[in-house]
Amino acid sequence: MKVLQRASASRYGLATAYLLAAALLAAAPLFTSDFRLNLLAKFLAFAIAAVGLDLLWGYTGILSLGHGVFFGLGGYAMAMHLKLQASGGKLPDFMEWSGLSKLPWFWTLFQSFGMSVILGIAIPSLVALFLGYFTFRNRIRGVYFTILTQALVVISVTLITGQQAFTGGTNGITGYGELFGYSLAAPEMKIALYYVTAAVLVVVLLLSRFLVKSRFGKVLRAVRDGENRVRFLGYNPAKFQMAVFVLSAAFSGIAGMLFVLHVGIISPSMMGIVPSIEMVLWVAIGGRGTLIGAALGALLMNGAKSVFSETYPEIWLFFMGALFIVTTVFLPRGIVGLVADGWHRLRLLGRRRKGVPEHERSRYSAV
Amino acid sequence: MREIKSKGKRHVIVTGLLAAVSLALVLGGCAQNSPAASPSASPASGASSSESGSEIKVGILHSLSGTMAISEVSVKDAEMMAIEEINAKGGVLGKKLVPVTEDGASDWPTFAEKARKLLSEDKVATVFGGWTSSSRKAMLPVFEELNGLLWYPVQYEGLESSPNIFYTGATTNQQIVPAVDWLLENRGKKVYLLGSDYVFPRTANKIIKAQLEAKGGELAGEEYTPLGHTDYTTIISKIMAAKPDIVFNTLNGDSNVAFFKQLKDAGISSADLTTLSVSVAEEEIRGIGADVLAGHLAAWNYYQTTDTPENKAFVEAYKGKYGADRVTADPIEAGYAAVYLWAAAVEKAGSTDVDKVKEAAKELEWAAPEGKVKIDGETQHLYKTVRIAEVQADGQFKELWNSGEPVKPDPYLKSYTWAAGLSSGS
Repeated sequence: MKVLQRASASRYGLATAYLLAAALLAAAPLFTSDFRLNLLAKFLAFAIAAVGLDLLWGYTGILSLGHGVFFGLGGYAMAMHLKLQASGGKLPDFMEWSGLSKLPWFWTLFQSFGMSVILGIAIPSLVALFLGYFTFRNRIRGVYFTILTQALVVISVTLITGQQAFTGGTNGITGYGELFGYSLAAPEMKIALYYVTAAVLVVVLLLSRFLVKSRFGKVLRAVRDGENRVRFLGYNPAKFQMAVFVLSAAFSGIAGMLFVLHVGIISPSMMGIVPSIEMVLWVAIGGRGTLIGAALGALLMNGAKSVFSETYPEIWLFFMGALFIVTTVFLPRGIVGLVADGWHRLRLLGRRRKGVPEHERSRYSAV
Repeated sequence: MREIKSKGKRHVIVTGLLAAVSLALVLGGCAQNSPAASPSASPASGASSSESGSEIKVGILHSLSGTMAISEVSVKDAEMMAIEEINAKGGVLGKKLVPVTEDGASDWPTFAEKARKLLSEDKVATVFGGWTSSSRKAMLPVFEELNGLLWYPVQYEGLESSPNIFYTGATTNQQIVPAVDWLLENRGKKVYLLGSDYVFPRTANKIIKAQLEAKGGELAGEEYTPLGHTDYTTIISKIMAAKPDIVFNTLNGDSNVAFFKQLKDAGISSADLTTLSVSVAEEEIRGIGADVLAGHLAAWNYYQTTDTPENKAFVEAYKGKYGADRVTADPIEAGYAAVYLWAAAVEKAGSTDVDKVKEAAKELEWAAPEGKVKIDGETQHLYKTVRIAEVQADGQFKELWNSGEPVKPDPYLKSYTWAAGLSSGS
């Protein structure tokens, strides 16, 4: 009886924390400048990608170092639409430089906003499905899969950089400022886009939470902890792995689209090896297998990056490096792990005198 | 049990580290706000807020980390030196210039983010920054949106003229076009085009091809390699098979090092095959090696050896401040000039207001280290003297030819009949 009460008490605590976070998100435009709000919106977009990655890595045990590609593909879809709008019927400027005289056929698909959004989700999903189909079905996993995702990054970056006439090359796609004829620079538009991003993040978090709690989520964790056992029990792990890989790619695509709306540029450097690894670091630092930790990790790491680079422009990379090392060495379970440990220890201190069974105490020490 | 115990110890370390990091954050935040009255968070505050009391804030936005840092840090150094010199002489409008430095990190979206930060958070009066065309293209929408002012110090491919950017490097008709003319007259008609695959070489070569066709030159071949490409053995054999009189080289960065070293390894000297480069300056010669480059050509508006009294003083000051082993080069000089030109325009306008400064900057003249420069009011580019030079064994350039007087900038090549159609729609 007592245990039950305690559990519900901590659940109330958690609910309050979530409500508080939601309230903070909702009120942010009131107390931040335009610039900071824009940054925060960008971080929220990153958080969406991080949650997707956490589903894949934290819950299913598949480490992808290629999510920058899915992020970039979503970003390019949105950027292509915006560029077409900005060019107003004429050929986008970089095609002109590169000697094209006609809009390539696949660009015409991005004339419509709806179609661009659909493609911004569908293209990353299809690429993930393609890669997942040939790897998971052939039981390629662990580090071999991770290496393949890195190969995907190299291929995509080389392809996009090389095809300057169609993709804008190293420059990427930039030089647009309007969505539906409204300026992206207008403060109202920025606030609206911020709320859209925050709402998408909340939906993504709730959906992920629902999935994780469901039977589907249980199988995912089972695949992580014992793929062969799952297979012997009659499930096909490949199907679950593919499903979660596609879902997380879709989340990254959505994040990429929102990123472009906030930042106004997408370039191959955003889908490179470094950003792809950074995404994994957000999850690791926030605490993998916790969803909210992934989102927090993305917010904190990017916040720290901005603060460090603004304050110490010449040596900020050393601070970031130190931060990575400290968290990986001392916080193997990330920030959320630290908070959970702290909370647990506090309760232990309170209860030790009353004598709490041993199994209760060690509950949190399992990773 | 054991695990919990050891964790207790670890917990102390973690808390300590976290405390240290957060302290650093807080201190950083304070340090950031202390030099001037902290900028108001309201986006509606006026343009004059960059002048707070006795100070004027100016932004410096170059890559201080990443692949471009090696080039851009030198330009940042020259800009900082100009700011110090101006401050030593009493500042601008009697106020001290306070530089706010940001790191573009060789990443184009970061350039856009930091430009936005400098303009809307720090409310700087102007920004000096950028090197690659990609970084400029990324910053351009931000400067136009917030009506900021950017001084861009590097030669580029032209076909651009933003009302919010001053271009103090050369455009195509001040570097590439006269260089090709000179080559056709002095070195032969058969030209091989070699470049990195991005907007500058592509555009430059498009122009050169039109020019060759109009002036009776011959295209011996055209080759692009990805940025950062380092294997040129196949391309070198291709070039040798084509037997060109000259290779017009628009390679960038590390590729130049690889190309020239492999050229030398293949036993091909500058007498066998001469190249003219538009992205190889004194700084790059240091990296590639003077022995490898001796005899090859370059086209710029400024060399460390350019013979003007202003340049003597500039080189001396730069070496005095940053070390005798440092060299000056075209973009470094253009960055230095940008600061002085902006300061002169502000003095003339009596204000740092962007629109007033732009108005005052029209037709402004200044005796730069490269010789006399003048701001063209229409395009916001500079009149610059074109110089073609040959690399000497000591790593310095010997000037072979110059245009005699500053050439009027023409970023869209409107005054060249053969170039009609190149810039259509832009």
